[in-house]
Parts: sequence; structure tokens; C-alpha cells
Amino acid sequence: MENKEEKAEKKEKKEKIPRQAMPEQDPKARIGNFDEVPYGYSEEVAMLEAKRCIQCKKPGCIPGCPVDVDIPGFIKLIAEGKFIEAAWKLKETNALPAVCGRVCPQEDQCEKVCILGKKGDPVAVGRLERFAADYERATGKIEIPKVAAPTGKKIAIVGAGPAGLTIAGDLVKVGHDVTVFEALHKAGGVLIYGIPEFRLPKAIVDAEVDYLEKLGVKIVFNAAIGRLKTVDDLFAEGFHAVFLGVGAGAPVFMNVPGENISGIYSANEYLTRSNLMKAYLFPKYDTPIVKGKNVAVIGGGNVAMDSVRTALRLGADNAYIIYRRSKKEMPARIEEVHHAEEEGVQFNFLTNPIEYIGDENGWVKQMVCNRMELGEPDDSGRRRPIVIKGSEFTIDVDIVVVAIGTTANPVIPRTTPGLDVNKWGYIVTKDGTGETTRMGVYAGGDIVTGSATVILAMGAGRQAAKAIDEYVRSL
Amino acid sequence: MHKIIEKTYLQDIVVRMVFEAPEIARKRKAGQFVVLMIDDKGERIPLTIVDSDSEKGTLTIIFQIVGKTTTCLAQLSAGDYIKHVLGPLGHPTEVENFGTSVCVGGGVGVGVVYPIAAALKKKGNKVISIIGARTKDILILEEEMGKVSDKLLVATDDGSYGFHGFVSAVLQNLIDSGEKIDRVFAIGPVPMMRVICNVTKPYNIKTIVSLNPIMVDATGMCGACRVSVGGRTKFGCVDGPEFDGHEVDFGLLMTRLRMYCDQEKQSMDMCRCGENGK
Repeated sequence: MENKEEKAEKKEKKEKIPRQAMPEQDPKARIGNFDEVPYGYSEEVAMLEAKRCIQCKKPGCIPGCPVDVDIPGFIKLIAEGKFIEAAWKLKETNALPAVCGRVCPQEDQCEKVCILGKKGDPVAVGRLERFAADYERATGKIEIPKVAAPTGKKIAIVGAGPAGLTIAGDLVKVGHDVTVFEALHKAGGVLIYGIPEFRLPKAIVDAEVDYLEKLGVKIVFNAAIGRLKTVDDLFAEGFHAVFLGVGAGAPVFMNVPGENISGIYSANEYLTRSNLMKAYLFPKYDTPIVKGKNVAVIGGGNVAMDSVRTALRLGADNAYIIYRRSKKEMPARIEEVHHAEEEGVQFNFLTNPIEYIGDENGWVKQMVCNRMELGEPDDSGRRRPIVIKGSEFTIDVDIVVVAIGTTANPVIPRTTPGLDVNKWGYIVTKDGTGETTRMGVYAGGDIVTGSATVILAMGAGRQAAKAIDEYVRSL
Repeated sequence: MHKIIEKTYLQDIVVRMVFEAPEIARKRKAGQFVVLMIDDKGERIPLTIVDSDSEKGTLTIIFQIVGKTTTCLAQLSAGDYIKHVLGPLGHPTEVENFGTSVCVGGGVGVGVVYPIAAALKKKGNKVISIIGARTKDILILEEEMGKVSDKLLVATDDGSYGFHGFVSAVLQNLIDSGEKIDRVFAIGPVPMMRVICNVTKPYNIKTIVSLNPIMVDATGMCGACRVSVGGRTKFGCVDGPEFDGHEVDFGLLMTRLRMYCDQEKQSMDMCRCGENGK
């Protein structure tokens, strides 16, 4: 037992080690390639950073994590140089640690509640998670845990995104027969079509999917549930439960004049072409993308940052963010905004497009915008943008990417009797279980919450996995 | 993986292909389409299902060689495989006994209108079909269309076969002859569909067109295929592919179809040179 004094001393000593930075590709160089921006920690740096963790008796970071990763546990193993063990510790609760280490908003979750953050900088949990997961992949010492004896229960997962992959991993481990139906030709959902290579290398997603397949998860590609088969068909085929993790895939447009003219993409299309279809490698890959000189991306979230940074890498001279509020209200992660700034993205805050003007070929050449000012807070708690009268001005553009959000795709609710949706089209579920209004059908991720984060979708998958496991065992 | 069972050239640049896709074959209805990718580096292209055999588990498509993907597809033979096929997509054609239905097909669009004509005939419609092509040599499916139609009219732009002129003129003549028409289905090149709609509009004959915008995922996710119908934005893939032709903004559709002209040319050039290992 250590006394208070000793503990305080230990904490003080730990605080003397500063939070370790991750080396990154130089901004000037990286806008010429699609390689990942941060290089990750070396073993020495990872151990140094891990030693900063004071191993709290009642850690705040674990409840701060939507999938309850044993954060002090895996960090302690890194500090001791037991890197592979650290990776396995992560995998006990997180099926996709290499992904989460990169794309989780740790600053709003585990790192936000880290005790060290009260006085200084929190432990770099995300960077350490990434380090351990990358170490495992690089060394190839991937441990495939033993799965439980077969239960004889068949579970269908619709959508191979973060929610679906998490639940698939959880359910296969306890002995269920799990089949994932994916509409696209690759697994990963937003990880593969949405998040660019420079932020999440696709080889990592492939490796995580490969791991799940080794666990025994079956993935059926090119299977559009709702069209090829309905949820009813899945039950008729003998599945005992169905999980819907289909995401909020439908793009939202602003419905302003000229929005359908050529050169205007939804962020979903722009990123899908570039990431999933590898249009940045055209013509080695067959899918084209138009590389604009003056590219405007509408929106202030992570998807907008991904789009605008993609535009730069495709060779844009000017890449603009057009956002109707101010920098403070931007929903994007600080790190992403920082990277975009470093790379030369031009931010136009308090600006909102109201019309697009095409040239004689019907290609966008200008956008008409209003200047905005901030009024009283709205329902989201952020100050409402208000048009400044008479402030109209134009920006010359040849590509526009609309990144103002996504909404529910109605195909599955429409073809599944008894499945209730709310007024926005999102599936209604019982809190904490993912149980829908239809017996045996569960849902989680963006199709329930609307667009959120990878880790929240994974958390929803985790909760639904528990509920489905109980349900199918009760049958 | 989908094994190709049969490939035949209907004309120099028009190919009919039958391949295995048993689950899609069981579900598919007239008017629906598939998206296919030849291999993992390929592009996703939408193609209407012309026919299906649920017992053999096969689908039939007819396509015209226009770009790299269709060129590569045409180079495959029976026994080869298509890597990815997604479907059936889009809403099926609304098939009822409308009375007298006219099915107009132009060029490779005859292949698309054929299953609709067959379904209409089966429902008890009097089916009058008008099919056309630039010239006699590239006219397709005349015999098949004849079998599912009460009356078949043929037109060629150059007068080498049948009526000398466009299918729209044949339709106009039919209307002028006093034929009472309850519904028109028009499928073919965009200018043809536009002109057919201009012909039927003054008579208020409901005219259904099947649109072929550029698509990527074709599941409602990307919005590449957005079209303006009745002043509202619709997605060709999930809201269509068939729409009320009198409401469609054909000009916008044509402009959007030209979005990748330069890249398509570049891709074709590469394809001929075989530089990318295909």
C-alpha cells in the first residue's frame, strides 16, 4: 500500500514527462500523396508516453470509452514493453483497435476524463492504442482467440460497417453462426468508402476484416438487403435474429438553385469515388473523379475536412471550406482542422452558398454566397447563423462538394413490416439494447442515432450483441 | 463471382450476355437493373436486366460497347467470370392492364423495353411496339419484340429498313391514325425519350421513361444519379429508374451524362494500349 505522499510524488514525477508528439509527414510533401499523415510512435516513445499513465485505482477513462477498453491495463503493458500483450488486451473489448486509435475523437472521450488532463496534457490514449494495434499487425503475431462451442443460432448482420463488424466479432466469439450482408463489394462501411487513405489506410481495415473472417464471421458481398432479400426472407432462411447496421447513407443536399449542375458532388460520392473506387489512382483504376482547380467544400465536420484534404491531394490550387458558422462551432475534430490548416486549406467562415451558376456547358463556375452572423443559440446549443442582408458575393469554383450531413436510407424500413422509424427515418430502438419494434430485429449505429462516430456505432454494436445473445439463447 | 454462360454479338457493337446470378434471377422483376464490376479495379456500371431464368439461375443483359468497361466486358467469353454483380436494383416497372400500351425502343434501349413489353402482354395489354435504330444492321431483337407485341413497327433513321425516320414519327402517325393509346413506355437515347415525351404530352398520354444517369454505388448513397423530376431532385437508382417522362428535365440529364467525357476518352486510350494490364 502506498501512502498519499508517495502517490502524489509518483504523480508529480509522471507529470514531468511531457505528452509525446507523433511525427508527421511534412504538410508540403503530404498534399502530393495519399499516404497516412502521422507516422505513429516508435517503441521508445510509446513506452515513455505509457509511463505517464498513473494507473488510477478508479480510472475515469474506461467509462469514457463506448466499448469499455481496459485503458490503464493495455497502457501498463506498453510501459512494460509487452507490446503484443497490450494489443491482445485491446482486442478483448475492441474488435478494431487500429481503426479506433486513428479515428476516435479521444479528446471527447477517454482523454477528456484523464486525470492528467486536469493540470496538463492527458495521456495520449489514442496514439498508444494505434501503436499497440500496429505492432501486432506489423509483427504478424495476430492471435485468433478460441471461439465458444457452436450454439446453433444463426444471426444475420446487415451492413459491414463499424457497428456490424463489432457485433459480428462479439457474437461469433460466443459461438453463434454469424453472416454479414454487405451491399458494396468491400467490407468496412464508412471506414472503406468514407475515411480517406491518408487518415486511415485501407490495408488496416482489410486486416481487421480479415481477422473477423478468421474468427469465423462469414461476409456476403454485393447483397443489398431490402432488394435482393428482405428481412423477412432472412428469417425464412433460418436466421434467429437480424441486426441492422446500415448507416445513415443518404446524402443531404441544400436544395438551392443550380445544385444539380455538373461539377457538384455530394461528399459521399466524392469520397466513395476516391476511397472505395480508388479514383485518385485513375486511370490505373477505372473510376474517374474530376480534379478541380478551385474546389469548395460546404460544411464544417470531419467529412468536410476529409473532402477538402482529398481535393488538395488531387491537385487543387485552391481548396476552400465554406462554413456558415464560425471556427468555434465547427464539429470537426481539432486535429483534422489543424491538419487542414497546415496543408493550406482556406477557411471561409460565416459563409453560406445560396446558388450555383454554370458555364455554357452546364459546369459550375461560380457560387453565390451570403455572409452570416451568429445569433441566439439554437436547439443544438450552437449559435444560429443569420444572413447579413445585402452581403451576397461570389466565389469562382469548378468543383463543389456538399458535406452538410447524411440521412437515413429508407430501403430497409420500407421493406420490413413492423419496423418503426422516427420522423427523420431513423429506426426506433430501446435504449441500451438496440431492440427494435420488430421481434428479433435489432439495430444500431447511424441508422438509429443519425450520423455520429465510428466508436459510438461500435458501442451500439456491443450493446446489441449482448441483447441478441440473450434473445437467441432464450429461443 | 458470376460465370458467363453465353455471349453473342447482336451487332458489331451490341452484345447480349447471359451470366449466373441465381439469387438475383429469382427476385428480379421487369424494369430492374444490376450494377456490375468486372474486377476489383473496375468501375461500377448499371445495366438493365433484359431477361432472367430463375430455374437456370441466370440473367441476360444487352449492352452497347461505348467505353472502357463495356469494351472489356465484351472481351470476356463464356466460361469467364464477372467479379461483382449487385441487384436487383430500382423499382420494378408498374405493370397493369392499362388497355393499349405502346413500347418504344431505340438502339440498345430495345433490349430494355423488351421485358416490359413482355410483362405488359402477359397482363393482358394490347401491346404495340415501335423499335428503331440508325440503320438496319444495328437493329436488335426484332423477332423477340414481335413475339410479345400485337403489332410491331420498325423504323430506321436512314430508311434502310421499315419506316424511314425516327420512332417518334411512327408514334405520331399511330396517334394520328386514331389509335387510342393508354400508356407509352419509351426507352432509348435521351434525345429520343425527350422527343417521344414531346409527342405524347399534347395528348396527355402518360409516358414512362427509364433513365440511365451515371451511378456509383446505386443504393442511394452517393447522389451521382440525381435527376430533376417535376422540379424535385430524385435519385435514379432508388427513386427510379423509371419516371413520368413529362416531368423529367432531359437537358440536365444530358449535361450530367457528359461529366466524365474527358476521363472516359483517357480510359479508352489506355484500354487500347493495354497499359494497365487488362
